[in-house]
Amino acid sequence: MASSEAHISVRGVTMAYGARVIQQGLNFDVNRGDIFVIMGGSGCGKSTLLKHMLGLIEPAAGEILYDGQSFTRADTATRDAMRRRWGITYQSGGLFSAMTLGENVSLPLQLYTDYSRAEVTEVVAYKLALVGLGGYESYYPSEVSGGMRKRAALSRAIALDPQILFFDEPSAGLDPISSRLLDELIVQIKESMGATVVMVTHELPSIFGIATNSVYLDAASKTMIACGDPRQLRDHSDQPVVRQFLAREAAAEPEAEA
Amino acid sequence: MSPPQAPAYQLSDGPGQSATLSLSGDWAQGQEPVDFRDLRPELVALAPRQLLVDGDALGRWDSLLMAFLLQCHNYCRAEGIELDVSPLPESARQLLRVATTVPPHERPREPRPGLLQRLNPLRAARGALRDIAESMAFLGDLGIALLNLCRGRSNTRFTDFRHFCYQSGPDAFAIISLTSVLVGMILAYLGAVQLKLFGAEIYVANLVVIGMLREMGVLMTAVVMAGRTGAAYAAQLGTMQTNEEIDAITTMGVSPMEFLVVPRVLALVITLPLLTIYADLLGVLGGAIVAGGMGITLLQYVSQIEQAISMTHLLVGLSKSVVFAVLIAIAGCRSGIQSGRGSAAVGNAATEAVVTALIYLIVADAAINILFQHLEI
Repeated sequence: MASSEAHISVRGVTMAYGARVIQQGLNFDVNRGDIFVIMGGSGCGKSTLLKHMLGLIEPAAGEILYDGQSFTRADTATRDAMRRRWGITYQSGGLFSAMTLGENVSLPLQLYTDYSRAEVTEVVAYKLALVGLGGYESYYPSEVSGGMRKRAALSRAIALDPQILFFDEPSAGLDPISSRLLDELIVQIKESMGATVVMVTHELPSIFGIATNSVYLDAASKTMIACGDPRQLRDHSDQPVVRQFLAREAAAEPEAEA
Repeated sequence: MSPPQAPAYQLSDGPGQSATLSLSGDWAQGQEPVDFRDLRPELVALAPRQLLVDGDALGRWDSLLMAFLLQCHNYCRAEGIELDVSPLPESARQLLRVATTVPPHERPREPRPGLLQRLNPLRAARGALRDIAESMAFLGDLGIALLNLCRGRSNTRFTDFRHFCYQSGPDAFAIISLTSVLVGMILAYLGAVQLKLFGAEIYVANLVVIGMLREMGVLMTAVVMAGRTGAAYAAQLGTMQTNEEIDAITTMGVSPMEFLVVPRVLALVITLPLLTIYADLLGVLGGAIVAGGMGITLLQYVSQIEQAISMTHLLVGLSKSVVFAVLIAIAGCRSGIQSGRGSAAVGNAATEAVVTALIYLIVADAAINILFQHLEI
C-alpha cells in the first residue's frame, strides 16, 4: 500500500450501546498527513466514534484498519504495539492529577523507551517547551489553567513521537485566541513530525482553519451523510443539514431537529 | 536502510569568534545518546560569539536531537551567543522555533519551612488548634442547619434522607451480621477460659450480654460504618467538589450543609442505633454458640441472660451509638466538603475521613466510659 494512501480505514462500522444503535454504515478513509475532523451535532456519536477508533469500545459490526492491518481483529499484544504509535488527548485532558506535568509527560517515556533518567528529563523539557510550557515541570495539573492543561495533555500525547494523533475536542472551553494558538500548534507539530491527526470538534474556526478532510455524522439518520474537505462541503454539499451546520445557520425546516 | 550510526558531534573553531558544531549519525531512539553536559565545557572553553549548527552528516533523528538542540539554544541564550541552525533540516528548525517561542517559565520561589521550623512544637500546636477550630465551625454550621430543619425552613430533601438511610442501613446487614456474631464468640471464648478456673462458666452469658450491649456491639458497628459509610460520604462529596457540583449548589442559594450534610448525618443517626441493636442480638447469639460448645444448655444461657440484662446496659450502648453516628458523619462530610479537586485529593479525603472517624470513636468511647463510671451508670 503506497504511503499516500489510507492511513486509517473505517469499514462498515456500526456503533451501538446494547440494542441502541448510535451510528451505522460508516465507511471512510483517513489519508496519511490529513487533519481529519469528525463533526456533527451534539449527541450524534462523535466521541463514541473516536473511542471506537481507539479500541476503547468494540464496534457492533465492521472493522477499523490502520495501514491496512485490522485493529478490530488484532489480539491484545498487536493492539498495544499499534497503540504505541498513537498519541491521544481526552476531552478533559486525562492528565494524572496525582502527578506533576513533568511526571505526566515522562511516564510514557519511562514505560516505552530505554532512555536514562537524564535523557527523560531533557526530552520532557523539550516536549513541554514545544507546547509553550517550558519550566512548568514541577506544577500539578490542578495548579495551572484549563488551556495549559490542554497543552500539557498534548505534550504527553506527543511524548513518543506518534504517527497518529487523536484529539477529543482539543479546544473546547478555550478562549478564541488560545484555541487558535492550539490549532496552530497542532498543525506545526503535525507537519514537522509528519503525523496524521484525527480530531473531534465542532468549533467552526478550527474546522475551517486546519482541517483537510472530514466526516459528518447525522444524529437523525444515524449514519454519515457527508465526507470530504469541510470548505468544499460548506459550499457544495448536497445535504442541506451539512451546509447549515458549517455555515452556522438555524435549521430551515423544523423536522430536521426530529 | 543504512546501518545505524552512533550520534556524534564535533566542535570546531571558525573565523573570528565563530564556531561550528557538526552533528553526525542517527540521533534517534535506540542509539547511545549524546549528553549536552559533555559539550558545555568545550563551549565554555571556546567561548564563541556565534555558533553554527551543521547537520550535513545527520542521519535519522527524533526528539533526542531536539532535546539536545533545545539545551544548546537555552545555553546560547543565557550566554548571549548567536545560534544559527539554518543548515539543519526544515522540520527540525520549525520544531525548534515552536519550542523556543515561549521563554521557559521560572517558578517563583515559595518560602518553604525549614526542618527546624517544621518540627517546632508551637507550630504543630497551632495547626492542631486551627484544625479543632475548623471542626467546631463545621459543627456549628451543622447545628444551624439542623435548627433550620426543625423550624421547617430547610432545603433538606426527604428523598435524599431515605436514600442514605437505605445505603447505610439494610445494605450493611451482611457485614454487620458477620462481625457481630464473631465478636460475640470472641468475647465468650475470652471469658470461658478465665471463668473455667473458678468453675463459673455460666457467667459467660453475663460477660457476653454486658460486653456486647455496653461496648463491643456499638463500637464494632461504628468501626465498620466508619470504614463503609464515612469513606463513602467523603468520596461522594469530594467528587462533587471536583465536579463543581458543590459550587452549583451554593450558587443556587442552597446551603450545602442543609442539602448534602444534614440528610447524611440524620440517616446515620437513625441507622446506627438500629444496627447496634441488631449487632447486640447477633453477638449474644454468637456467645450462645460458644456456650453450647462448653456444655451450657440454651435454657441455662437464656435464663442467665435474663438476670444479667438491664435496660441501662442497652441504653448506654444506644446513647453511644448516637454520638458515634454524629462523629462518623461529621468526619466523612467534613473531609469530603473540604477536599481538594482531582483524583488524588478525593483519595486523601476518604483516607482522612476514616482515620479521623476512628480517632473520634476511640477518644469519645473512652470519655463516655469514664463519665459513666463516675456517674455510676
